[in-house]
Amino acid sequence: MTAVKPSPDADIAQYLEAQQRKSLLRFITCGSVDDGKSTLIGRLLYESKMLFEDQLAALEADSKKQGTQGGDLDFALLVDGLAAEREQGITIDVAYRFFATDRRKFIVADTPGHEQYTRNMVTGASTADLAIILIDARRGVLTQTRRHSYLVSLIGIKRVVLAVNKLDLVGYSQEIHDRITAEYREFAERLGLTEIVSIPLSALKGDNVTERSERTPWYDGPALMQYLEEVAIEADTLARPFRLPVQWVNRPNLDFRGFAGLISSGSIRAGDRIRVLPSGQKSRVARIVTQDGDLAEAGAGQSVTLTLTDEIDVSRGDVISAADDRSGIADQFETTLIWMAEEPMLPGRPYLLKIGTRTAIATVSHTKYKVNVNTLEHVATKALALNEIGVCNISLDQSIPFDAYADNRATGGFILIDRITNDTVGAGLVHFALRRSQNVHWQALDINKAARAELKGQKPCVLWFTGLSGAGKSTIANIVEKKLFAIGRHTALLDGDNVRHGLNRDLGFTDADRVENIRRVGEVAKLMVEAGLVVMVSFISPFRAERRMARDLLPKAEFLEVFVDTSLEIAEARDVKGLYKKARRGEIQHFTGIDSPYEVPEAPDIRVNTSTMSAEEAADAIIARLGELGIIGGDFDWGGGV
Amino acid sequence: MLRLTHLQQLEAESIHIMREVVAETERPVMLYSIGKDSAVMLHLAMKAFYPSKLPFPLLHVDTTWKFREMIAFRDKIVAQYGLNLLVHINQDGVAQGIGPFSHGSATHTQIMKTDALKQALDKYSFDAAFGGARRDEEKSRAKERIFSFRSTQHRWDPKHQRPELWQLYNARKNKGESIRVFPLSNWTELDIWQYIYLEKIPIVPLYFAAERPVVRRDGTLIMIDDDRMKLAPGEVAMRRKIRFRTLGCYPLTGAVESEADTLSAIIQEMLLATSSERQGRVIDQDAAASMEQKKREGYF
Repeated sequence: MTAVKPSPDADIAQYLEAQQRKSLLRFITCGSVDDGKSTLIGRLLYESKMLFEDQLAALEADSKKQGTQGGDLDFALLVDGLAAEREQGITIDVAYRFFATDRRKFIVADTPGHEQYTRNMVTGASTADLAIILIDARRGVLTQTRRHSYLVSLIGIKRVVLAVNKLDLVGYSQEIHDRITAEYREFAERLGLTEIVSIPLSALKGDNVTERSERTPWYDGPALMQYLEEVAIEADTLARPFRLPVQWVNRPNLDFRGFAGLISSGSIRAGDRIRVLPSGQKSRVARIVTQDGDLAEAGAGQSVTLTLTDEIDVSRGDVISAADDRSGIADQFETTLIWMAEEPMLPGRPYLLKIGTRTAIATVSHTKYKVNVNTLEHVATKALALNEIGVCNISLDQSIPFDAYADNRATGGFILIDRITNDTVGAGLVHFALRRSQNVHWQALDINKAARAELKGQKPCVLWFTGLSGAGKSTIANIVEKKLFAIGRHTALLDGDNVRHGLNRDLGFTDADRVENIRRVGEVAKLMVEAGLVVMVSFISPFRAERRMARDLLPKAEFLEVFVDTSLEIAEARDVKGLYKKARRGEIQHFTGIDSPYEVPEAPDIRVNTSTMSAEEAADAIIARLGELGIIGGDFDWGGGV
Repeated sequence: MLRLTHLQQLEAESIHIMREVVAETERPVMLYSIGKDSAVMLHLAMKAFYPSKLPFPLLHVDTTWKFREMIAFRDKIVAQYGLNLLVHINQDGVAQGIGPFSHGSATHTQIMKTDALKQALDKYSFDAAFGGARRDEEKSRAKERIFSFRSTQHRWDPKHQRPELWQLYNARKNKGESIRVFPLSNWTELDIWQYIYLEKIPIVPLYFAAERPVVRRDGTLIMIDDDRMKLAPGEVAMRRKIRFRTLGCYPLTGAVESEADTLSAIIQEMLLATSSERQGRVIDQDAAASMEQKKREGYF
């Protein structure tokens, strides 16, 4: 029996002693609204006596009010949480439920099966040891069953309970159960789901939930609760090489320097040799410090503080690793990306990547394909939309310690964060490092930017002109360049139209291509600044994220955003190139301002409004501002040194 | 030997969460409500940063209607562990004479608790605040993230929560925005009591049964903690052996009659209990979705 409550006269001390030896099992339930998932979870809570009388009274009242189960208790109402969801009669996000038996505590990630399934299910599965996949016995293995199983296998769960539910509605038929099980196994084993247990269930009637049902005499396996209590929990993280991503450096005084973190795999003893990555420095563990006294040994899943025998530099984001079996280090990877935001993933756009305790800047350099989660087919693509999964190469701004996700979830799983909204927009799994990055090293150069700039007697920088088509960017940039030339400045001008005839002639006007367009121009402008030039870039550059990407290529003082501001009405009325008319007629797609957005700069370094100024006046205003900023004139005046 | 029990795993997870917050935010604070969950949270924090002192202050939002024993216990703990405690009271509310007897539980809670909390967070510019809430307490909590994002107006938007995968927490935010962090999200009430028992964590004596002055009002046993509580016609002050399963403002907190005056007796009683702990909180007994509404408005 599984009840958690002892009899009143039970020996409480003995009971507590037993309770403290309980283990923890986390699992996820996958199924759609109609598969009876909420009913199953509600039933597990009910059967493990985790409900109190007031909750039961509320459940009875709710059940009567909703009338979904005739006079019976509707267990689904127990777990359908937020007000908005109850109104719609569905769950819309990931919720966590808890119950316990005498042997185990359980944490259930409850995720919905409708259109947001990928994002929510991946989230719920990321911390799960096991998955319960629900099937409606009347309907058998469906497309969604395959989808759920694929996602579960993708995230690395090996153990699956196939819950063949609603068996009461098919007369507790063994034949139906066996047929579904056979069909499922064939499919799931190809996905690498190696441990599959099939249990015939009726969550509604309670068959095989906590005890074997008399109505399925042909079934000789465990009831669901018994299986959950007894299944061996993956312990192989303990057997893997030692990894501790450093969270925080603990320095209460000059005599103590400890490195705090959660051990993600393996175990460690005082005296063990370690290596700190990515620096590669070696040392030994001096102490494993906790408030309850030093430990002789600690293992995966424990939060500890280590001190080392040597004074070496260790900071947050480093990985303390077993000396003889260490993490890899690389800055380019093949990965699986799961996209979780409305705004699509665009190759070339920089995102923050958080892996373990380290944060880096990442861009997708190449999208190999996306996966149709229903058929598992590979489909060619550049971008990834919400809930799409793709295999992509990513490159980082730094080398990081890593393991393959299959070996270590903590050092091989990452999230991507939007740099402007700070939302978590994607999750990724590292497959392996791309070798080419290891063979291309930065060349240390003797003649540098400062030397070249000094020879020219000027301060190199980029003036990045952004604004709608027809705002006057190129006209103004051209006048500014003439004025700079006249006072002896060395300049260059990169014009959007001209660059698209040459360097970027392979690119179109989709969002993905616009990002790549800007990335290349940003890199070229950077090389020109390296050469000591004042570079004018005249590009519509409609997206904040890409302007920020270009800005980030250069030191702060060397990038000035010039917003050439005018209203769409005025730009469209000018229509120098006749493009607005074509766009309005639908002859040009993705035209900024018409069917593609322009994101106005929030804090441009220089702003000129061509609705009220002539091009000449705007150029003068820019030159004056450059003077104030010390880009021209002052210390850097022509004939420097006098 | 290295295989962890469920409490050891919960402990390690909570410590990991706290360290992430300290590493990634600028001005964290721990909301300290003096109750048992706060006691466990504080205990875990001391473990997380040992041998350093707590790298953040504690904040107590004092509604001025807490049990006297709670305040005495708070001051004792602060002195004993050398903690940095900030106490915030909504002085506007005090000036208006807001209280549960005169204004009702909803208005009192809104002004002296929710508004006061927002005032304090703004006053000190805290960008991260630890709270001791657990997902098993209430249905809307079950869906809330461990790192729960709040707008510049302290609002929670349940439909736009950040996905939270593995043990990777996104603590990034823009200026003026903040996060509430719930290190005890995955603990249950039973886990809390077992951990208090195992770790010998000090808790407010009101959790233990003792003879105390009470009155029965609307079916709930309310303790007469000071002379601001006036008896209505027909009400009789009684002495009963009572204890509390949850602690808040004394006029809003129902007592249970009990003989449990030791931790093991409390746990035993809890295991046999037939009502959930939040039933003792008067503020929860509105509509089913009341907690979600309060949280959207900035309640912790």
